[in-house]
Amino acid sequence: MSSEAAPRFDPTNPHLRFLEEVSAATAGVSRLEMCIQCGTCGGSCPSAVEMDHTPRMLFAMVRAGMRDEALRSNTPWICVSCYHCVVRCPQDVHIADVMYTLKSMAIRAKLYRESTAPDFSRTFVGMVETYGRSYEFGLATRHYLRHFPLRLPALVPTGYQMIAHGRMATRPRKIKNLKQLKSILARAKELEAMP
Amino acid sequence: MSSTYLYYPGCSMEATAVAYQVSLMEVCRTLELDLQEIDDWNCCGATEYVGVSLTPAYALIGRNLALAAKQANGTKTVVAPCSACYLNLAKADYYMRERPVLGVKVNAALAAGDLHYDPGSLTIRHLLDVIVNDVGLDRVKSKVVRPLKGLRVAPYLGCMVPRPDYERRWSDHERPDELDRLLHALGAEVIEFPLKTHCCGGHMTQIGPETAYEFIRRLLMSADHHNADVMATLCPMCQMNLDAYQGETNRHFGTSYRLPILFFTQLMGVAFGIDAKKLGFGREIVSAQEAMGRIGVETPPPETPERRTPPSKDKSLPMPRMAGDEEEVA
Repeated sequence: MSSEAAPRFDPTNPHLRFLEEVSAATAGVSRLEMCIQCGTCGGSCPSAVEMDHTPRMLFAMVRAGMRDEALRSNTPWICVSCYHCVVRCPQDVHIADVMYTLKSMAIRAKLYRESTAPDFSRTFVGMVETYGRSYEFGLATRHYLRHFPLRLPALVPTGYQMIAHGRMATRPRKIKNLKQLKSILARAKELEAMP
Repeated sequence: MSSTYLYYPGCSMEATAVAYQVSLMEVCRTLELDLQEIDDWNCCGATEYVGVSLTPAYALIGRNLALAAKQANGTKTVVAPCSACYLNLAKADYYMRERPVLGVKVNAALAAGDLHYDPGSLTIRHLLDVIVNDVGLDRVKSKVVRPLKGLRVAPYLGCMVPRPDYERRWSDHERPDELDRLLHALGAEVIEFPLKTHCCGGHMTQIGPETAYEFIRRLLMSADHHNADVMATLCPMCQMNLDAYQGETNRHFGTSYRLPILFFTQLMGVAFGIDAKKLGFGREIVSAQEAMGRIGVETPPPETPERRTPPSKDKSLPMPRMAGDEEEVA
């Protein structure tokens, strides 16, 4: 957590409308502006102990226009999408989806901290875009070869067990109409890039 | 009388959760459930794609919904056995209705592949919901020829089936009893499992293993505390984390849990008198042989880590490819 003093209200802060930006980029109606800072989310979170900021604190930062600090927080990357907070939130904020939004914004702004999480997501997405199906063996080997070649041996027994039990294919499966999927995703990326 | 559903298996059913797939197919035969697989379905994006880019993530799911709607013939219900797949399909359908601009964008992307989906035209349901609420427990009970008497089962649902539950299909978000009632109908002794909808660690086994091990430890400890013989799951990710990472978790904490993690459909199959060999037993890393043996059910031994498939003629290393690598030569 930052040791700097809390920023005073600054009407020239270019990120005053950050809350609106996050809300607009979230699937569904995020209801993030309805947050009453009750803290039920953090109190319900099984991984809060690992987080830089509890969800409540993170949402306060978003509201305060602390764009860079919010996008550097590890909180969205530690969220396990268990939806405990979502069903307990008295304001029905789509908390898990806001976390996804903050992740994608952090990737785009290249603001996430040194972490394997963003790259795991992107490697997964790369596999899906290439084959149309997920591909665990490729995902695991590529992820580890690229980032932690030294940790790969520790993973081998588990991977070997999965292969031995006929639960992990060493070659990917592909969908038939990969061309169609690729056209759809290419168009979706253009749409995403539009303001 | 058979009932027909559209079936979205999801990637895990072909690989890590193959025991779920084969046991489900057997159980469907007994229950006369006709699951029609959606032709050429693609990955749902799991919990990864939405955290990278919104419109492509929903377009990816949208293609599945569009293909399903096109194939729908007398049924509008899509059944998914995997929690993440179920939630993604349900979520996309729900959010496209809640915020129509999302539906417009998704359809603009789908148009590039000559597809279209009208939000709300399909009903997305999880397999357990269909078995408990459509097939019904009376019918399940009528098929039980080999009750699971004396088998203490921890009913484990994980997160994404009972939550967020957009359509209010479940009895409770944190303590639902659907799986308990189904296991009771099979004659099992169902333990009161307080962590039944707690998280298995999800993708943290890949990106922050120590966090995941703690989640796994809590679940194993609680099930063990209640003297469970086996745990019944309904999600490929939960099964994989609790089964394949149980050894790592034990090493990490110096514990010695040996709890077999099975799919609920495997237990249904046993109760229906189907040969355990046809139900994917032996695929689990923590063997269920001893636990099932105690109630007199013989299951195959774990598959030995010998080479099971003939060597491939292709001598190249199976190096995974990704978008951005040079184009593949067909």
